[in-house]
Amino acid sequence: MKLMLFAPELFLLLGSLILFLVSTGKVGGKKARAVTLSLALINVLVCFACLHQEGSLFHEAYRIDFFSQLVKLVISMGFAVVLLFSTELKGIDDGVRPEYYLFLTLSTLGLLMLVSSVELLTMFIALELSSYSLYLLVPMRDDRTGLRMQMESAIKYILFGVVATGVMLFGMSYLFGLTGTTYLVELLPRLHQMMGSPAALIAIAMVLGGFFFKLAVFPFHSWVPDVYQGASNETTAFIASVPKVAAVAMLIRLTALATPEGQPIVMLLIVLSVCSMFYGNLVALVQTDIKRMLGFSGIAHAGYVLLGLVTMQEVGYATSLYYIVGYLVMSLAGFLVICKVSEHGENLAVDDLSGLHKRSPLLALTLAVSMFAMAGIPPFVGFMGKFMLLTGAYKAGHLPLVILAAINTAIAIYYYLSVVRVVYSASPEDRPAVVVGGMAKAVSVGLVMIIIAMGIFPDQILQLATDAVRAIL
Amino acid sequence: MDFLIMNHMGFPILSALIFLPLVGALILLCIPGETAAKNWTMLVTVVTALVSLPLYWNFDATTAKYQFGEHASWISALHINYTLGIDGISLLLVLLTTLIMPLCVLGSWRYIDKRVKEFMICLLLMETSMLGVFMALDFILFYLLWEAMLIPMYLLIAVWGGPRKVYASTKFFLYTLAGSVLLLVAIIALYLDQGTFSIPTLMGQDYSTNFQILIFLAFFLAFAIKVPMFPFHTWLPAAHVEAPTAGSVILASILLKMGTYGFLRFCLPITPEATMIFVPYILWLSVAGILYGGFTALAQQDMKKLIAYSSVGHMGFVTLGIFVLNQQGIEGALLQMINHGITTGALFFCVGMIYERTHSRELDAAAGLGKYMPVYVSFLAFFSLSSLAFPGTNSFVGEFLILVGGFANNKIVTAFAIPGAVLAAAYMFRMLQRVVWGRPVNPDHSGILDLNVREMVTLAPLLFFVFWIGLAPAPFLKVMHVSVTHLIEQVGVASGGTVSVAKLMIP
Repeated sequence: MKLMLFAPELFLLLGSLILFLVSTGKVGGKKARAVTLSLALINVLVCFACLHQEGSLFHEAYRIDFFSQLVKLVISMGFAVVLLFSTELKGIDDGVRPEYYLFLTLSTLGLLMLVSSVELLTMFIALELSSYSLYLLVPMRDDRTGLRMQMESAIKYILFGVVATGVMLFGMSYLFGLTGTTYLVELLPRLHQMMGSPAALIAIAMVLGGFFFKLAVFPFHSWVPDVYQGASNETTAFIASVPKVAAVAMLIRLTALATPEGQPIVMLLIVLSVCSMFYGNLVALVQTDIKRMLGFSGIAHAGYVLLGLVTMQEVGYATSLYYIVGYLVMSLAGFLVICKVSEHGENLAVDDLSGLHKRSPLLALTLAVSMFAMAGIPPFVGFMGKFMLLTGAYKAGHLPLVILAAINTAIAIYYYLSVVRVVYSASPEDRPAVVVGGMAKAVSVGLVMIIIAMGIFPDQILQLATDAVRAIL
Repeated sequence: MDFLIMNHMGFPILSALIFLPLVGALILLCIPGETAAKNWTMLVTVVTALVSLPLYWNFDATTAKYQFGEHASWISALHINYTLGIDGISLLLVLLTTLIMPLCVLGSWRYIDKRVKEFMICLLLMETSMLGVFMALDFILFYLLWEAMLIPMYLLIAVWGGPRKVYASTKFFLYTLAGSVLLLVAIIALYLDQGTFSIPTLMGQDYSTNFQILIFLAFFLAFAIKVPMFPFHTWLPAAHVEAPTAGSVILASILLKMGTYGFLRFCLPITPEATMIFVPYILWLSVAGILYGGFTALAQQDMKKLIAYSSVGHMGFVTLGIFVLNQQGIEGALLQMINHGITTGALFFCVGMIYERTHSRELDAAAGLGKYMPVYVSFLAFFSLSSLAFPGTNSFVGEFLILVGGFANNKIVTAFAIPGAVLAAAYMFRMLQRVVWGRPVNPDHSGILDLNVREMVTLAPLLFFVFWIGLAPAPFLKVMHVSVTHLIEQVGVASGGTVSVAKLMIP
């Protein structure tokens, strides 16, 4: 049954059409949200039902295996969670909300297609579908401050994005020139024969660049702080979490290209990883805007994820996947709190969280768990992920990298702790109590439980990730 | 698994001890009301203490193996197991933890008046992780609990602390975490070398000397910060002064012991050669800590700070005892760990009781309290005497053993530690003299009430142990004897020729 192979994508595509029709009429944001939310939830079920599908479509350009299906499930879940907690969509003008949901859905669709692509052009188109939708989401924020900050962010996002895409396309043209094919399956053996040649290495590195941009790895990180700051809180929540899962999935697929003789690529990844960690963590130390801080912390986390890739082994890839899924949950938990505390969708400074434990104990706990988890304190998922990444990298013989990563953990704790400190030690002064709806409460409890459960019992998830990675190697 | 004697108690007693407070904390989430929260926490901690008592009766003091063992696979992909067990080194620390927690609850009864429920949850979480640290025989389990403990302890200081709580809690967290990140790397290195996280299996393996040195340094940094050894001690006074009474007591009585426990459990048996190499430096650091702590305590006006610095000195004695590497020294150090837990915990309770009445910890403000609080100052006097190792009290036995061991190993280093004992007498008598007989400068103490029954109940058990260990230490020394002998064998086996090198390096 070929239809089942393409079911999640097809479903979201149809959903986008419905949303398109909805957006042409005079429908408010509430109805559009109801439609999108039901779409997203059903999509999770569809993805779950298609979890064990296998096969290929469109003349072998599109592979469906356990790896792609698992990542699709995770992406759909992330999408659904973002919709679940962004109940009011405070930062977006009501008039454009249907369009907002339309592009959000399209972006997710792009990501779902991306993880199944095994042909360079398909990959490119899927990536652009998701990226362009995101570019459009950023300027949709209402112009509360009058500074038109969102426009500046959007322009930066597009420009950086286009450059990254250009680099990737250039790399793809090299790959095609070297091997005469755009199919990864055929490309792989031919590339192995010329692994020593600089052209092949440059080609791979450039193609990786497109995904480094998505994942915000140094030096493709510079869009992050401004876009995080300029986009509305809900948009940032999405940009900061869901596309990164897809990016890691694609990086895993592509890094596998470089094995077994990918020593220069490994060196490249190591350097980028170290730069990302230090740059992200050091700059995050001095941030006052919490979204900017999380942006830089995201750069550092991207550096951690690369630790798994440098091993060039199945276990390493699996831990990278595990870590990015953990990161998805941790950052969603953090952004949930930001979205809820922000009263009218404005940006939050770290100080705006003062005394949160009196204004809303549950949100305070969620934020503390999220921060401690990102800092890599047990028993949360961040610790287990980091521990496994370090073990893998050490096993592969990268001791200096491991030590640098460990030092980074110590640096990072300061800014995560300063958030917790403000939440628990500062007095709320005259800041109002935070009203949290039942749904957001349930989601935050759920996220906290997942963060703890993944940290204490990583076995099943790691097994799933390993099975998934095995499917593509 | 030949290092482990499985549990025969009919129920998993160690797991029960770990999970009782955790489950108690979860149930507490659903209990409304502040008094109910206190009562419930009291109940949970008392039950935990009662459950822990059979550990002592059923402990087999004739074997160095880990007892009451439990073993289950946890994360199979990385060979991480859930292994628990206690030997003569950890037994008394476990009992100290379970017995001191009810007193902490009792001591916070009136001190904590806001967010009581959350406070109690933090206390229970602390108990879970502290017990787990002393029982864990798997490195990852150990590390998980060792780090996880930072969160409730941080919150105890940051939410319920004094005026400089933000500074103190952040410093505490950063110091401790920075110390332990390399510990994780060392654990990973050991795992990749031996393919296991089982602590007893990692002991006594044939590691190369360089490898041992690196591992030892990573261990040492983590544990020396926790102890805290001079010069890593600066977080301690800040944390002690700002923490609420129960927080200070937990910090002094149990948290600091984790550092020295780490030395005994990991540094000595896993990296014996490196230990031998670093012994001279550590001994001198210990002496520096003893003298520095003593002199600084002598200059303090804040009573909590005074006791905090005295802790630095006392823990210096403990590390001295550990690294003289002989039977008396290590047994004395272990006993002194317990003693310090009892005595310093009690002193922090005493300061807390003054603070509840006068809202000041200044020595001047407390001067002359003896006139109005006779019962209180009697307790204070006994605990102070114990703190300065007066004969007949618990610390005398411990310090005496340490010094005996020290002189057997190295006369010069130990001779330098002796003034520490004199200093302890000086700063303690200075405090006592002020509080008992000092003339109040301005505040009028006449309205102040003496201890009530709750406070006496808090202090009495500690006083009981002060004299029990002071007059008849045999029951406590008996249980650790075989384990300590075994530990010394473990260090000695691999040391070989390095002993003489170490001896040469010390004048």
